[in-house]
Amino acid sequence: MEAKEVSCREITSSVLSRIEEVDGDINAYIRVEKERALKHADGIDARIAKGEKLEDFTGIPIGIKDNICTKGINTTCASKILDNYIPIYDAGVIQKLNSQDYILTGKLNMDEFAMGSSNENSFFGPVSNPWDTSRVPGGSSGGPAASVAAGEAVCSLGSDTGGSIRQPASLCGVVGFKPTYGLVSRYGLVAFASSLDQIGPFTRDMEDCAALLNIICGHDRRDSTSLDVEVPDYKGFLRDDIKGMKIGVPSQLMAAGIDPEVKGAVDSALNLALDMGAEVEEISIPNLEYALNVYYIVAPSEASSNLSRFDGVRYGYRDRSASTLRSMYRKTRTRGFGDEVKRRIMIGTYCLSAGYYDAYYEKALKVRTLLRRDFDRAFSTYDVLISPTSPTTAFRKGEKMDDPLTMYMCDICTIPVNLAGLPAVSIPAGISGENLPIGLHIIGNALREDNVIRMAYTLEKAIGFKDIPDL
Amino acid sequence: MRISREDVKHIAKLAELEFSDREIDKITPQLDRILEHVARISAVNTGDVEPASHVLDVNNVFRQDVPSQTVSREDALKNAPLEEEGGFRVPRID
Repeated sequence: MEAKEVSCREITSSVLSRIEEVDGDINAYIRVEKERALKHADGIDARIAKGEKLEDFTGIPIGIKDNICTKGINTTCASKILDNYIPIYDAGVIQKLNSQDYILTGKLNMDEFAMGSSNENSFFGPVSNPWDTSRVPGGSSGGPAASVAAGEAVCSLGSDTGGSIRQPASLCGVVGFKPTYGLVSRYGLVAFASSLDQIGPFTRDMEDCAALLNIICGHDRRDSTSLDVEVPDYKGFLRDDIKGMKIGVPSQLMAAGIDPEVKGAVDSALNLALDMGAEVEEISIPNLEYALNVYYIVAPSEASSNLSRFDGVRYGYRDRSASTLRSMYRKTRTRGFGDEVKRRIMIGTYCLSAGYYDAYYEKALKVRTLLRRDFDRAFSTYDVLISPTSPTTAFRKGEKMDDPLTMYMCDICTIPVNLAGLPAVSIPAGISGENLPIGLHIIGNALREDNVIRMAYTLEKAIGFKDIPDL
Repeated sequence: MRISREDVKHIAKLAELEFSDREIDKITPQLDRILEHVARISAVNTGDVEPASHVLDVNNVFRQDVPSQTVSREDALKNAPLEEEGGFRVPRID
């Protein structure tokens, strides 16, 4: 753009026409901001004409998951209960992107309130996987992942509570990064489970990923869990060299339940790492066995508390038939929330209720401490841990909808990372016999994004994944 | 059974949700299976382990208690389903 070889309007129009062409099939967008984006692009072209200096993301069309608040633009969380909600402020990450003068393409589809692993729990209908539209894109950030895979956005922002960035990135064949807990401000991210939620980027490759991390990371006093640490230049960690780096492979994440083709792709990547001078060892992280159990106490408990604010009083949907306050609360919530959200509110309410709190919630927090200690021990020896991102490639729509527990198992490899607050990325590692992407999961110690980026960048180059979905 | 139909009704009340009898038939065994699954952690010996709070060592963050204008009344009411005289209007309190 700066060299005036292509105008911002041309880039923006091409992304918008791609959306018009394919989104009828994909349904990645809940809302497309076409007019606004084109007008904005013209403004940027005027800046370029004046010879103004551009930032990395000036004029770049980016899609935003619909649980991140955008001032004056509907933010629905893919829920009926927020269908008509228009935020009066921008999220912290949006303010940072605005300072780059990025172009918002629109708001992206997701599982309602980010609860799901298949993006089938959306009030606005399911998202399709661009590689095979009869299959799911993963979730909960199905829209952010599918839009980047299908060329409907250059990159996007999603959120990750138990794998909601990495699992869909894996199933859609793109890069998805979850930073260390507290590194990206949660100000303006509609809360699901506050001790686990983290915003992160979806991109085509690690270079764009590092560039986007540079923008979105950093302290924000409006989020009291935000880390007050200096943010390095993540692009500086894009080094094609892993000689001497130590990789641990948790045996628990390579065991039963992992599809043989997925395991094969991970093993090939590990062999590439060995060839390039890294050390690879199988290790045991004993409490991984309980991570899913801990998560399905902690996350619903926090959710049941966070979602108590949706009562029809101050914003969002209100059931108009009720004649008393309490029945208005009940009817609003009963008609406004979908099945999975209600299920999790019920589990959380149960786990926090009198008589069960100690046995469930407090016990889960203690096991969470033990898991964190396991990871500390592993990272005293290893620079990164590697596993599959998802046990399988993309599954068919409807396949797991009747059985919540089977659906929950999709996140077995990603959930432990949120419980321990660690950074991790999913990068494409290969293609299955059914022409579906396979993801590689690289985990680092807290605030050691440097190791994760270096390993991911080097393996990305060595794997040379170039396939794109045939849409 | 970890959870009965009566428990489900009680929890629903606490959560301000309503379920029809048919929905209770469906959700009770689902919740039971999930609770059965998560209760596996009772087998872990946690002795005197501290419960995790923030995953990193971050303590309470405070700011100076200085009043300032944050959100205007007009903005705060922009998303109100029903407003009256600068406030949120709700049905009769029962």
